[in-house]
Amino acid sequence: MSATLQKSDHRATLGGPAPTAPRRRPTSQQWAAWAFLTPVTLYLVLFYAYPLYRNLDLSLRNYTVRSFVQGDAPFTGLANYRTVLDDPTFAPALLHTVVFTAVCLVFQYALGLALAVFFNQHFRLSATLRALFLVPWLLPLIVSASTWSWMLNSESGIVNALLSAVGVDPVNWLTSPDWSLTSVIIANIWIGVPFNLVVLYSGLQSIPTSLYEAAALDGANAWQRFWRITFPLLRPVSAITLLLGLVYTLKVFDIIWIMTKGGPADSSTTFATWSYQLGFGNLVPAFGPGAAVGNLLVVAALVFGLIYVRVQRKQALS
Amino acid sequence: MRTRWKTAVGVLLTGIMLFPVYWMVNVSFTRDQDMRKSPPDLFPVHGTLAGYRTVLDEQLPYLGTSLVVGLGTVLLTVALAAPAGYALAKLRPRGGGVLSFLLLAAQMIPGIIMAMGFYAIYLQLDLLQSVPGLIVADSTLAVPFAVLIFTAFMSGIPGELLQAARTDGAGPLRTFWSVVLPMSRNAVVTVSLFAFLWSWSDFVLASTLVNGGAHEPITLGIYHYIGNNNQEWNAIMATAVVASLPAAVILVLAQRYVAAGVTAGAVKD
Repeated sequence: MSATLQKSDHRATLGGPAPTAPRRRPTSQQWAAWAFLTPVTLYLVLFYAYPLYRNLDLSLRNYTVRSFVQGDAPFTGLANYRTVLDDPTFAPALLHTVVFTAVCLVFQYALGLALAVFFNQHFRLSATLRALFLVPWLLPLIVSASTWSWMLNSESGIVNALLSAVGVDPVNWLTSPDWSLTSVIIANIWIGVPFNLVVLYSGLQSIPTSLYEAAALDGANAWQRFWRITFPLLRPVSAITLLLGLVYTLKVFDIIWIMTKGGPADSSTTFATWSYQLGFGNLVPAFGPGAAVGNLLVVAALVFGLIYVRVQRKQALS
Repeated sequence: MRTRWKTAVGVLLTGIMLFPVYWMVNVSFTRDQDMRKSPPDLFPVHGTLAGYRTVLDEQLPYLGTSLVVGLGTVLLTVALAAPAGYALAKLRPRGGGVLSFLLLAAQMIPGIIMAMGFYAIYLQLDLLQSVPGLIVADSTLAVPFAVLIFTAFMSGIPGELLQAARTDGAGPLRTFWSVVLPMSRNAVVTVSLFAFLWSWSDFVLASTLVNGGAHEPITLGIYHYIGNNNQEWNAIMATAVVASLPAAVILVLAQRYVAAGVTAGAVKD
């Protein structure tokens, strides 16, 4: 049950606690058990299943603000989904979602792993410094996003000031279509590194030190020890980290919306921000298409989520 | 000697990682007339508290709302999750595995989807822009996680202890209230800290469900600042610093509780 604590968008658990099923289940105890579980079960139905159902319903009807209130919108089947697929924003949004997710995952994982290996060497202050690395992960996303917005400001941002100090021309990080996606990716990597560090570090703890000692005796250098021992033995933890990261990066919304609103000209739009844009970002809300985009995202998240659960179960068994 | 060198590298890396946090603090103390200076001052040489004065003048109601919503979320989350954790850990319910699986899946639903679903429901129930409505919505961020934490903690309570309580004539409710819950204090603290932090940090649900209402949380306070093309970045960053305080407190306090939570089954104080 290590590294269970992850923050809002990186939340879930490794090694989900599945109490071992016993043979004897007295009836009275069953009643008691479900009495204790009733609140949370009702809660799941009312506040997870029902909103999901409403969202599905939204995506299958032609809603306007009026019919939204009155609830008499005509059923239109998959028309909203067709609208979304035909929308000129669809292809860029898909591309940005894939690029955003892939680039964030690769960098978060690589940096997190490098830092985990580094901090695993137990030097003075290593525990304190590792704890400080958690700060970006604990901050409210609006705080991180607005701080990065100001740091990346074209005229007065510290990043452009540093660039000009080394003779590089200023970059319009947030206002140029060529750079906006890169900017939100940088900010999101910064937020995601601590999560990878924590989980991979806990994974490193389970590799027996005797292996390293034996390898050192055999004359393996640090580089060989990493690629021959650390990396292969860390594979199960890596798989879990990457899959969880994938599910949580797919749904990143706050950072992008606060920094660029998906713009300029949709250049940093992902499915998450597009869905919000359609439903709440315009004067005339398009609830139906917005919900349709959102449901595509749910399907993607659940597919990778199921893979995650399968991998986790398999690891728990072996 | 070698470890000292590593410590130096570690301090340097931590410094780079935390630079944005430093920059937020630095800008929060910067005077308006120095804000557009090129290059920017690396230290608040002419430090001002004007930004923080603006926070006191304008942001206190937002902070108050966030506090109320956060505490409400904590109460609701613990009340729902602690009994569920007890049942899953100790009472071996039929179908408990399915429930655990559903809780895991629930965590993977994108927040924006939940926001849209809640919006549709609250619009009909006339619960938009209400604090209780936001508390219920925010609790969805924490409840599945909380159940998993409670289950893990309570699995570690020795069965003989519960057996002894039963022998003394305590029913399941009594056992839960007088034995299990007091022993799970660490889990309660851990869950409370994170439930509070997530509800405090929530932006998606707040911006869809209570935007423009009488009671908006601090995340919307900051968002309105940015959205209004406000150029007083010292005030914005000062608000951000204040909004970060719970995270800082948790980093100091929760260290212990998080560590306790991570060491599986460590229920003893």
